[in-house]
Amino acid sequence: MFQGWVQIAIYIAVLVALVKPVGIYMARVFSNQRVFLSPVVGPIERLTYKVLRVKPEAEGQDWKAYARSVIVFSLFSWLALYLILRTQGIQPFNPQGFHSGPWDLSFNTASSFVTNTNWQYYGGETTLTYFTQMAGLTVQNFISAGVGIVVVIALIRGIVARSGREIGNFWQDLVRTLLYILLPISIIGALFLVSQGVIQNLGDSSVIHTLTGGQQILAQGPVASQEAIKELGTNGGGFFNVNSAYPFENSSGLTNFFEMLLILVIPAGLTYTYGRMVGSQRQGWAIFSAMFVLFVAGVAVVYIAEQHGTPAQHAAGLHTHAFSGSTGGNMEGKDQRFGIAGTSLWTAITTVTSCGAVNGALESLTGLGQLVPFSNLSLSEVVFGGVGTGLYSMLLYVILAVFIGGLMVGRTPEYLGKKIQAREIKLVSLGVLVTPLVVLLSSGLASATRLGTRSIYAGINPQGFSETLYAYLSQANNNGSALAGYTGFIQPNAPGNVGAYGISFADLLGGGVMVIARLLPILFVLAVAGALAGKKVSPAGLGTMRTDNPTFVILLIGVVILVGALTFFPALLLGPVVQSLTTRLF
Amino acid sequence: MWKDLKTGLIAIVAMTVFLGLAYPLAITGISQVVFPSKANGSKVSLNGKVVGSSLIGQEFKGKAYFHSRPSATEYSGDVTFFGNAAPNSPEAREEVREYMKAYLQLEKPYDKALTSEGVPVDAVTQSASGVDPEISQANAWIQAHRIAAVRHLSLTKVDELISDHTDGRFLGVLGEPGVDVLELNIALDKEAPIR
Repeated sequence: MFQGWVQIAIYIAVLVALVKPVGIYMARVFSNQRVFLSPVVGPIERLTYKVLRVKPEAEGQDWKAYARSVIVFSLFSWLALYLILRTQGIQPFNPQGFHSGPWDLSFNTASSFVTNTNWQYYGGETTLTYFTQMAGLTVQNFISAGVGIVVVIALIRGIVARSGREIGNFWQDLVRTLLYILLPISIIGALFLVSQGVIQNLGDSSVIHTLTGGQQILAQGPVASQEAIKELGTNGGGFFNVNSAYPFENSSGLTNFFEMLLILVIPAGLTYTYGRMVGSQRQGWAIFSAMFVLFVAGVAVVYIAEQHGTPAQHAAGLHTHAFSGSTGGNMEGKDQRFGIAGTSLWTAITTVTSCGAVNGALESLTGLGQLVPFSNLSLSEVVFGGVGTGLYSMLLYVILAVFIGGLMVGRTPEYLGKKIQAREIKLVSLGVLVTPLVVLLSSGLASATRLGTRSIYAGINPQGFSETLYAYLSQANNNGSALAGYTGFIQPNAPGNVGAYGISFADLLGGGVMVIARLLPILFVLAVAGALAGKKVSPAGLGTMRTDNPTFVILLIGVVILVGALTFFPALLLGPVVQSLTTRLF
Repeated sequence: MWKDLKTGLIAIVAMTVFLGLAYPLAITGISQVVFPSKANGSKVSLNGKVVGSSLIGQEFKGKAYFHSRPSATEYSGDVTFFGNAAPNSPEAREEVREYMKAYLQLEKPYDKALTSEGVPVDAVTQSASGVDPEISQANAWIQAHRIAAVRHLSLTKVDELISDHTDGRFLGVLGEPGVDVLELNIALDKEAPIR
């Protein structure tokens, strides 16, 4: 296990080292300052404004105008993707001649990619044309990530603004995010991945005559260009059905490490950006620390649990200890090149963030191992979370913690000098509670009716309940990982969509859940930004509760855990907790 | 409102062209020129004939080859899915039992010291990708006894071939070492062809 801990420690060290430079760079981008890419990107940026006919300097938006732009653009994104998914038969870049998928599945998929969820009821290599993968999914990987980032930037501006109601210009923020942050890193990332064996071509599947005279058909495609932004934008929708477990998406221990860095670099860096933009680095580090503690705890639990092996394996007489040349542990649903440590770390990273990419089968994790992704999702993706979305969700919790702390010491709660009053607290409470509420209602409905239980793979037992709960937890938190037995799509003649049909209940409920749990919190967050913008700042006094010291970090962690635990504890008891407490089989 | 609608429409079209076509096609172009072999799937050949990809595992049967890990998809390279065996399920127990029985039956006649306690975990569990190209070193060292006997090679020679085709950790740290089964079997066919 020592080797595994070393790998985990190195990852964490590199990540922490990246926080400051990446954070400073992003802060400069969002303060409209010059960065080293300006000479190259500047002309493209100005051309884009011309094409879009926006004059960013002249058109500052208040929160309502900003929100309207977000919603209108999300609507167009949704329509464009749905159209692409439904017209596969007439598309170029379709060497396998795939047809369109069914309408209900397409509803789910369009909702999934526009909301940065990337939940997948379909298998990419058996249902989607290269055109859809590129012009549909890759585009949404960029855009949905960009929207998440600009919303948190707008919130930060609202927190900072001492006068006026403007919180920036949505179109300018989006264009700058795409051109200065997401695209350059994706280009470098994609080329690096190709150099390590991740494929990038437009050819038809190649038919191979194997060494022993058999036949193997290898799916091909433009994978690397999608893989890079899939991780960087915490999207997580795989080109292949088995996602980043497939060697053509993730070919070695090195690519695994690199992809894990892509996933966390922006969410972690944004905490530094935050500190810089509010004028106090300590505020950023305080939030980073709270996230960091919860993240490291999750990594440790899942690694130890997976190294132990499963009750089923032990009952079969398998010895799961490590010895020379073998990692030991639960290797079911894991690939050799990542091993137990590489898969455990990946699992924690992609579930604290809303990435949801997987490099192993979550369904085959031990009970205690499963409890980590469950807990991470139950905390509403505030532990680093998705790009942008994680920080804005965490800032809601910060305001909540300030409020609770203020009540405890008996003073008017203030955050960064601004009074937190009834309006803000109402909006924050709504923003914090909407996602858990959606999860409980939808997973309850799906568990209690035959319409929902049809989607279960493991049977009517704790694992089957886990599948259902996880499906709606994941979709509502815009994560996208799955206990992958749970299904909303039947494909009798794979590959291709001939004779395929969706399970409408799962597709529509899931699609609706993703859209509601994405847009409502964004509206509440922007409304909070609007409420805070222009508020007077009172100087900090002796009695002001500090929000940049360890005491506050502990309070914040406590509030996050309290809300998540109180909401989901009973449900978790019925699924992963049962399986982690017993060695019985059922 | 009208302005938002107009901007939104132009934006989605422009971004689809720029991010959805220009970007991936440019990456494809560069990759095909700079990394043609990798970009097209790291194919490997024997006697000038492509026999597979070094990154995608194949199924091997019989006594003359190293065997890959169990797979839920029978090493399909165009339809992938997880096995989804649950941690506390009796079916998973039966599955591991079957794999262990088969493994011991195949290897024990050649590696007399092998007991169920010495069976490496990767040999009796399904991989994630279904096409895991690698097995653990321990798994390869056990199978080496059988290969040496069947191919009339010394055990030292087979172990040498194994270490030639082991991908170590990157910089000695990242990932787990694994033996590339297809590459190893190709090397075997070159070294000691089956007559």
